[in-house]
This record gives sequence, structure tokens and C-alpha cells, in this order.
Amino acid sequence: MPATHHVFRAQLTSARRREGFIFFLFGAATYFVLLCGAVVIGTIVVRGAGTVFQARAPFINTTFFTEAPESLHVFQYQGRKMELGDAAFRTFEAAHPDVAKGKSDSYVYSAGGIFPCIVGTVLLVVGSMAIALTLGVCAAIYLNEYARDGTFIRFVRLAILNLAGVPSIVFGLFGFGIFVIFFGWNVSLLAGWFTLAFMVLPVIITASEESLKAVPKGFREGSLALGATKWQTIIKNVLPYALPGILTSSILGIARVAGETAPIMFTAAYVVRDKLPWQVDKFSDFFFQGVMALPYHIYVVSSKIPQNEYTERVQYGTAFVFLLIVALIATASIVLRNRLRNRYKW
Amino acid sequence: MVITAPILMDTLPSAPTIRPATAPAPAATAPAGQAAPAAETLIDIDHVDFFYGQSQALHDVSLQIEDKKVTAFIGPSGCGKSTLLRCLNRMNDLIDGTRVAKGSIKIRGVDIHQADVDVIELRKRVGMVFQKSNPFPKSIYENITFGLRLQGVTNKARLDEVVEKSLRGAALWDEVKDRLNASGLGLSGGQQQRLCIARAIAVEPEVILMDEPCSALDPVATAKVEELIQELRTRFTIVIVTHNMQQAARCSDKTAFFYMGKLIEYADTRNIFTNPANAQTEAYVSGRFG
Repeated sequence: MPATHHVFRAQLTSARRREGFIFFLFGAATYFVLLCGAVVIGTIVVRGAGTVFQARAPFINTTFFTEAPESLHVFQYQGRKMELGDAAFRTFEAAHPDVAKGKSDSYVYSAGGIFPCIVGTVLLVVGSMAIALTLGVCAAIYLNEYARDGTFIRFVRLAILNLAGVPSIVFGLFGFGIFVIFFGWNVSLLAGWFTLAFMVLPVIITASEESLKAVPKGFREGSLALGATKWQTIIKNVLPYALPGILTSSILGIARVAGETAPIMFTAAYVVRDKLPWQVDKFSDFFFQGVMALPYHIYVVSSKIPQNEYTERVQYGTAFVFLLIVALIATASIVLRNRLRNRYKW
Repeated sequence: MVITAPILMDTLPSAPTIRPATAPAPAATAPAGQAAPAAETLIDIDHVDFFYGQSQALHDVSLQIEDKKVTAFIGPSGCGKSTLLRCLNRMNDLIDGTRVAKGSIKIRGVDIHQADVDVIELRKRVGMVFQKSNPFPKSIYENITFGLRLQGVTNKARLDEVVEKSLRGAALWDEVKDRLNASGLGLSGGQQQRLCIARAIAVEPEVILMDEPCSALDPVATAKVEELIQELRTRFTIVIVTHNMQQAARCSDKTAFFYMGKLIEYADTRNIFTNPANAQTEAYVSGRFG
């Protein structure tokens, strides 16, 4: 115990104690959220790894990434337990006619891979983000640069914000009503693109407007004072600097577009489809075909078919791949954003 | 480019001009807004009332700005001097609810608020340098060529030539000639402001408006910009808004003193600072208020 008692000596007052407690509470909340996230992702990775990776070279289950879903046939043959996909089973059957006599169980979607779903999801994300960014950036430019602030514009902004709170299933039904039925596009990529785009538009418009607002006024004035038109100013001296911010918002949009099941279940997604999207007779058919998609596939294999150990593999494997794909697309956008950000720094 | 000795430490009454005064000085007792309209009047501001929404910022302001001279606007904050400056290239159009309610502003006899005036053409002729230096987050080269590219100039040789000429004109060439492709934002504050001046003169305007160009600069950088103004005065008509009375005294030919949206006195700079006709002007320039 120090002998000197000076005025600044630390004391454990009630204010100090309360502060310590509050900090502990905030910290605990943060780490609890972190823990939840880690448990979710950890479960999917651990249980999905069995499907995605394998013990033999090349260590990645390429079939899972490159094949379409098949039925799995499980049967006893000469004392051994065999697990074969549809195609392999037929070949095996032809070579060993005695199999048919044995008892064979088949499990739908439990063999093969999820290649068509990956392709479908990527197509849906790319198409809908292209539409959403085009419309969203145009709308944001109009709202921030051209429109005069008034009651009407404030109402428009309010409407956009409210749109962000509409449940995705409502967007799904809206898309079904407008695009699928009224426009007669049927269940198609095009209908899915627009439905998903409308779902993320509010987020993109709001974030784009914020990014445009963040561009210093001096850049606009400097450009206008040199005799630029408003449009020249926007395109050369405002939008390029706002792009990194717009891309940041679109990264969140990508995760939502890729992940939502409800908007596409009526508008774009097929439970199963044999043809791949590029196997179309003529070019225009490309836009009017339904696709398989990862979130919808997860929904199907985990609630629409009988559950057993074989379907569980597909469920976790698909979820794992799904996470990977979303992470991949998001990483690509982040890299793009950072490159833009380094180019235009102020 | 050789820069003459800084005139930074000059005190008030020193003669601001390098060259001999051409026009005879108007009588020191001339009432506000009555400076003799000479043949060389470039900008004629005639009884202008200006409003931001409901609040009036300028009250019946009249003054004539002469060609190839430096005119300074001084006065306390909120006196309307920047507002008037921004009227001259219609930058106020960008603010909702602003209007010139009465009077006219004529440049070379053309009313700039006339319906058939293209504000883009006006701004090419009347350039502007802002209070806060605003180089674009592009290279020095791209900053200078921005205005020309807008006009569709793509000839590399021509652009190169303009870049060098403008940077030399802004006394910046020697400092940046080896890094024209570096970002304009990498320059120091004073260099950034001179880059903005170079960018403004690259489009060959007739008038350069300067809105407190040195308010964010240190004394050394300020001195450089002031020297630059001395050099530019032979080629351009310069209108400068400043809070710094010494600056107005040092670098302008004529000075207009504003107070509460009114033009109080407009005369030769020498007269304003040594022998002001108006008691308010005298109180302001001698530092008793404002």
C-alpha cells in the first residue's frame, strides 16, 4: 500500500463500477452475436464438408459441382452395400441383371450434384443486379441531382423506404401477378430478374443517393464553373466518385438476391430441370426459361422430399456451396470497389 | 518563372498597383455606386436586388467592374459580397429559391439573365476559383484539361500545350512539371489553389471570379496567390472577394465595401483605404467593426 495519499488516487466509486458492468454487457452482446454466427456457419461447414470434399484426390467432390441432381439407389449386392446414382445404377443393372431381384431403395435428389442450381443462382444474381443497379442509380441521380426537394419528392423517398420493409414473399406474389401472368413471361429468368431487382431496389436507391450526397459540393461547382453541363458534371465528376459507395450497397444486395427463396419460387425457379440454361433453341428463349436455384433447391431437399441420412448430405452440401458462392461474388465486388476507391481518392 | 519579392508584409496605405494608374481617380467623395463609368466597363451591375427565398441578400446594388483590372469586394460576413460574386456567373442558379428580383447584370452589354443566354457559355467566359480549393480527384493533367475536354478538344499536342501554358500562368509549372500524372490532391493547400486557378485560366475566360481564394492558406501560400493575381491582371479581369483587408489593399485596383447587403462605397482602392468617403467604410477598414 503506497504511503502517499494524493488527490488523483484511483478509487472504486459506484460510477466506475457501473461503467465496468455496462462495458461487460456490451461486450457480451457483441460476442454472443459473433458466437451465433460462428455456430451457424460452423455447422454448415462441418456437416457440408463431407459432401463437398472427399478423402481421395482431387479432394473436392467434383461430381457435386458439375452434375445435375439424380436419384440415389441404395441396395445390397453380393453382401456389399452399394450407393449409386441414377445413371450409374442403370449401367450397373444392365451389367448385372441379377440386381433387379434384390431390394433397392431410391432416394430422390440425393445423388449427382447441384451444377444447374449454381448456374441458375449466378444468372439470377447477375441479371437482377444489372437491372437493379441501372434503375437504382438512375433513380438516385434523379432524386439527388435533378429533382427539386418538395412534398412530392419527400413522399417518393418515403415510399422507397417503405418498399424496403415489404416482405419478400409479397414481392414474389407481385412478380407472379405482373410478370408471370399479366406480361405472360411465365416462370422465367426475366420474371425472376425483375422481381428480385424490385426487391433490392429500395436499398440500392437509398444507398446510391447517400453515396452521391457524400461527393463534395466543390467537385460539382468546380465542374459547372468550367462550363460543364449538369449531365457532364454528373457523369464525369460525380458518379465516378460515388461508385465505390454504390458498389458497397450492391454487395449487400447481392447477398439478398442470391439468398431469397420466396421471390423466385413463383417467378423463376424450377424444382428440377434437365436442360442447362444455354441449351436453348433460339436466343430469345434464354430469357423465358425457368432455372434451378440454390436457395430453392435447399428448400426442396429439406422440406419437399422424405428426410433421411442421404438427403441430409445434399442439404448441408448445398448450403455450404451456397455460402461459398455468395462469398465469392461478394469478394469480387469488394475487390472491384477497392480498386475504384484507390483510383478516386479524395 | 521568376516570382517577384513577396508583398506580404505590405501595410495598408501602400499602392496596390504595379503599373501606373490609367484612368483618373474618381473624386474621393463620390457617392456609393457612382464610380465613373468608363469606356472600359466590362460588367455593369445595375440596381440589383437579390433574394434567397424570402430573405433579401442584396439591396439595390449598382457598380461597374472595369476591364483588365482587379476589383475587390470587402465587408463583414453575410454582407452579400459572395452572393454578388456568384451572381456574375450565375452560380446562384444552383441554389433553389434564389432570384434576381430587380435590376440587371450586363457583361459586355448583354444581360446575363436574358432568356437566350446559355449559362454554359457564360461560365466558360466567367471562370471561378472557390474558397475551398477543389481540385478534382484526378491527375494534375486531367484537372487542367477538364474544361477543354468538355469542349471536345482531344488533340494531345494542343492539350499538352494548354497544360504547360496554364500551369506556367498559375506559377505552378516548375513545381509540378515532373508529376503531371500525380493526383491533384497530393499537392499542398497553396499549390491546390493555384492548380484551381490554372484550371480556370485553361479555358481562356475573360473574367476570373475569386471567392476568398486565400482564406484557407498560410501566409506564404497567400503571398504566392497574390503575386499570381498581379501577373494575371494583364490578361484577365479579376473580381476577388476577401475578408482580408490588407489583401484587398495589396492586390486590387478598385474596392467595393458592402454592409448588410448594400454597397456602401465603391472607389479606387487607395481612396477606400486612405480616404474613405463614408463613415462606415472608415470604421470597417480601420478595424473598428466587422
